Amino acid sequence: MAFGRSDSGKTPPRMPTAIKLLIAGGFGVGKTTMVGAVSEIRPLRTEETLTDRSVGVDDLSGVEAKATTTVAMDFGRISIGEDFVLYLFGTPGQERFWFVWDELARGALGAVVLADTRRLADCFPSVDYFERRGTPFVVAVNCFEGAPVFELDEVKLALNLSQDVPIMLCDARKRESGKEVLIELVKHAYGKRPTAAAR
Amino acid sequence: MNSEWSPDEDRLLDAPTIRPYVIARGRTEAQDRFDLISLAVTIRPTTGTEIGLDPEHQAIVRLCRRPLSVAEIAAHLDLPAGIVRVLLGDLFDRGFVAVQQPQPEMDVLDERMYKAVLDGLRAL
Repeated sequence: MAFGRSDSGKTPPRMPTAIKLLIAGGFGVGKTTMVGAVSEIRPLRTEETLTDRSVGVDDLSGVEAKATTTVAMDFGRISIGEDFVLYLFGTPGQERFWFVWDELARGALGAVVLADTRRLADCFPSVDYFERRGTPFVVAVNCFEGAPVFELDEVKLALNLSQDVPIMLCDARKRESGKEVLIELVKHAYGKRPTAAAR
Repeated sequence: MNSEWSPDEDRLLDAPTIRPYVIARGRTEAQDRFDLISLAVTIRPTTGTEIGLDPEHQAIVRLCRRPLSVAEIAAHLDLPAGIVRVLLGDLFDRGFVAVQQPQPEMDVLDERMYKAVLDGLRAL
């Protein structure tokens, strides 16, 4: 019996279109919390292995003896009817895992950069990264108790964000709040999509 | 010096790292073939007697009765995503699974996709 490839055999079942959204920001800013708040499944964890191809690019000083490094990412999903499924990936916090960022960002619809006003600088690398890559993003300031309260304009100025980048307050623990952030992101991405820019 | 194998030597092998590469038989070239959100679905069940299919292959075929992403398969089977890509490549080549790649650029579906996603999120 010949092994038929899936495209020459029976029609494969109809599959939804998968869409990737990223939740970025510094360590401990609430990325996994936000993923968990909006996901229809308990956040799952997947691991990418850092292999030879990225050694030499990343700063691995001090870990030369270890041939591989694994990077864990938490993610969740939101099914949109039968046709679409959103995957939300929390990006690894450490900047040395750029190779994972590149893979995650490829084909991503957009990103949420979570910020904590107590450690605003922690989200600079994420902002820089998405600006450089041209990935549409919004900034969501996670409201931690006891964190200094700033006007969003002040945060925007501190982050040196371009005028059109949406910025909002959020509570990463709340589903409703996470949902609002994602809606804002998709609206923003819609305006920034390649076909829109070309018109 | 005692040349006999001792259980302590296990420590020299980073078992959680090495084992997946044994499953993939050292192959890593297929790693770029599928995205983390490429969706796989089983189109032909295995009989369990196929040559060259490991328990991990069988597990993927069982798992993908409904469409699952590479990331989900990896998480459920507790395997690195890169290894799942290799195994999935085998299954795809042998016609056990269909794989749907994500849209690289959302141009054609554009308007409809954004509208559907926005409506879907609002309805959550």
